[in-house]
Amino acid sequence: MTKLLQTLMDGVSVGSLYALIALGYTMVYGILQFINFAHSDIFMLGAWGAFVIAQCLGLTLPGAHAPLWAAFAALGGAMALCGTMGFVIERAAYRPLRHAPRLNVLITAIGVSLLLENIGQLSFVFGTQPQRMPALFPDTTLCTVLGVQLRLVDCMVMGIAVTLMLGLQWLIFHTRVGRAMRAVSFCPHIAALMGISVDRIVSLTFVIGSMLAAAAGVLYAAKYPGLNQSAHPTWILLGLKAFVAAVVGGIGNVRGAMLGGLLIGVVELFGAAYLSPHLRDLYVFSLLIVMLLWRPQGLLAQHRLEKV
Amino acid sequence: MSQTVKKNLRVLLLSVGLAAVLHGVIVPMVGPFAGKLLTDIGMNIILAVSLTMVNGFTGQFSIGHAGFMAVGGYVAGLITYYGAFFLWGSTQLVPGFFSPGVGLFVVACLVGGLVAAALGYLVGLPSLRLRGDYLAIVTLGFGEIIRVVLQQTNDVIFSVDELRRASFATLVTSVGGALGFTGLPFYTTAFWVYVFVALTVVVAYRLKFSSYGRAFLAIRDDELAAEAMGINTTQLKIRAFVLAAFFAGIAGALFAHEIGTTLNPRELGFQKSFDIIIMVVLGGMGSISGAVLAAIVLTLLPEWLRFFAEYRLIVYALVLILMMILRPQGLLGLHELWEQSWWPRRRGKMVSS
Repeated sequence: MTKLLQTLMDGVSVGSLYALIALGYTMVYGILQFINFAHSDIFMLGAWGAFVIAQCLGLTLPGAHAPLWAAFAALGGAMALCGTMGFVIERAAYRPLRHAPRLNVLITAIGVSLLLENIGQLSFVFGTQPQRMPALFPDTTLCTVLGVQLRLVDCMVMGIAVTLMLGLQWLIFHTRVGRAMRAVSFCPHIAALMGISVDRIVSLTFVIGSMLAAAAGVLYAAKYPGLNQSAHPTWILLGLKAFVAAVVGGIGNVRGAMLGGLLIGVVELFGAAYLSPHLRDLYVFSLLIVMLLWRPQGLLAQHRLEKV
Repeated sequence: MSQTVKKNLRVLLLSVGLAAVLHGVIVPMVGPFAGKLLTDIGMNIILAVSLTMVNGFTGQFSIGHAGFMAVGGYVAGLITYYGAFFLWGSTQLVPGFFSPGVGLFVVACLVGGLVAAALGYLVGLPSLRLRGDYLAIVTLGFGEIIRVVLQQTNDVIFSVDELRRASFATLVTSVGGALGFTGLPFYTTAFWVYVFVALTVVVAYRLKFSSYGRAFLAIRDDELAAEAMGINTTQLKIRAFVLAAFFAGIAGALFAHEIGTTLNPRELGFQKSFDIIIMVVLGGMGSISGAVLAAIVLTLLPEWLRFFAEYRLIVYALVLILMMILRPQGLLGLHELWEQSWWPRRRGKMVSS
């Protein structure tokens, strides 16, 4: 029972991170119909950005409890950095290709991904060595319910993730900007006729998606302090799993991405706890294939008829 | 024998001759390092041209090509390593240009290709019924599953006693795990690589300029319209995909038996698949000679860029992005090298586009 609850709790905690990353994939796909492969590198940049900020704030390695404002400074700084990066990348690399075949945009995304990874490898940026993230949150256990340890880190991860997702939900469904975003994702041409600046909305989508990925990166670094170097395949693998989450939830659907993220996290950790810890990736990708066979449009998306 | 078959056989025989010259004269002349580059180029040509059949001809997007490569490589490795032990009691290389070991190796390449093709059928069947990016997502998942499963396998069995006692199931699961399938005999030579290159290119070329190929291109340009013209889109997409998987399997088998490479799951992950996609798109979607050219350039480019030291991959990425923005159709576009306007051509010979 304890193991079950503990696994569920870990699964939800990891799943909320996947959900945050998946939102960026799904929002971009909803508007531009392309898989932004550079998104996992924005996530990496978020984690490393937080590391650099924490170092600048003078947080040193073991034990020393960071003040709470430092954690939020790192979070805010990383989000600002990645938001800017998202804006620049869209402007410089994707916008010139807005009307090119989709494969070209995809290759460009792969190129951007390679670029970010390898700039990160340079000695004056992040370097080629893995680093250890200073503790952003004190390593304390808040309380123990039914033998399940409720750690502060997990609470912060879930709390911040849920807050951000609620904020996004509000932005998309209750503001003018959100209405414009939905209109553009429904049909960019008609949205443009209605006086919506499509370019500005696309930029905004990239900025928001990148900021969410950055937040996920910071929270990931807080939860798992061993930071791999920027070109390490784990970053892309995490991004791919988040992408799977977006597909499982229904690509292009914001609520679907949140649901998919949680589902992927729970499935992965239950598989790791009860079947074999070595095959974590296998559960996620098997879930993807089963899902595509059973319900290719994803859990929440409506099946769209293709018009000629 | 019809005219076309004769012509193709002639081209194939000529290529075998050229491969022999390459192997016997050029490789000894340029030394082992350039020789390895030459075989690497050949393998990349097979991979790029085979992926062109899917990505370029039918416009489907597959990101799991390295997965099929891994399947072909491991199946072929099982045959040349454990199979050789049961045939002549040793896992070592049998030297000689046409030794029984080489014969076994060629069989292993073909079997590796066939197994990869069978898996391609299984993967393609559900995902190619759907339209859109689903093949990309499924092949991505498939490639990762292959990698994870291979990483969980047992160590390669080296000792003769254990080999004698091992059951079939033990052997199949003893392919090295995360460390890779080590100890495979180095049968891959420039000759065999380029024989398979010739086979791949001729098949791709015949395919492109046949009614099949026209149907493929129709699917690529507009799937709904193609279906309305009476093309069985699902079936044709699956055929292209299976054929591509077959050649990827062969390339994997060649890769497995090359000197200086280890067949390991990490090497054949999505990064390798991305490399192959980049070759196809850079060459021009659907251009065979473009894919060949891009495979050559992209194999050599990292070597040329060594000059930039740690900035090498940054320059590579920038070249890629700029190329996509400035020349989105790739080096050659859909057309072949000899269909370009600057290519000298004989008068009166019409070129089909």
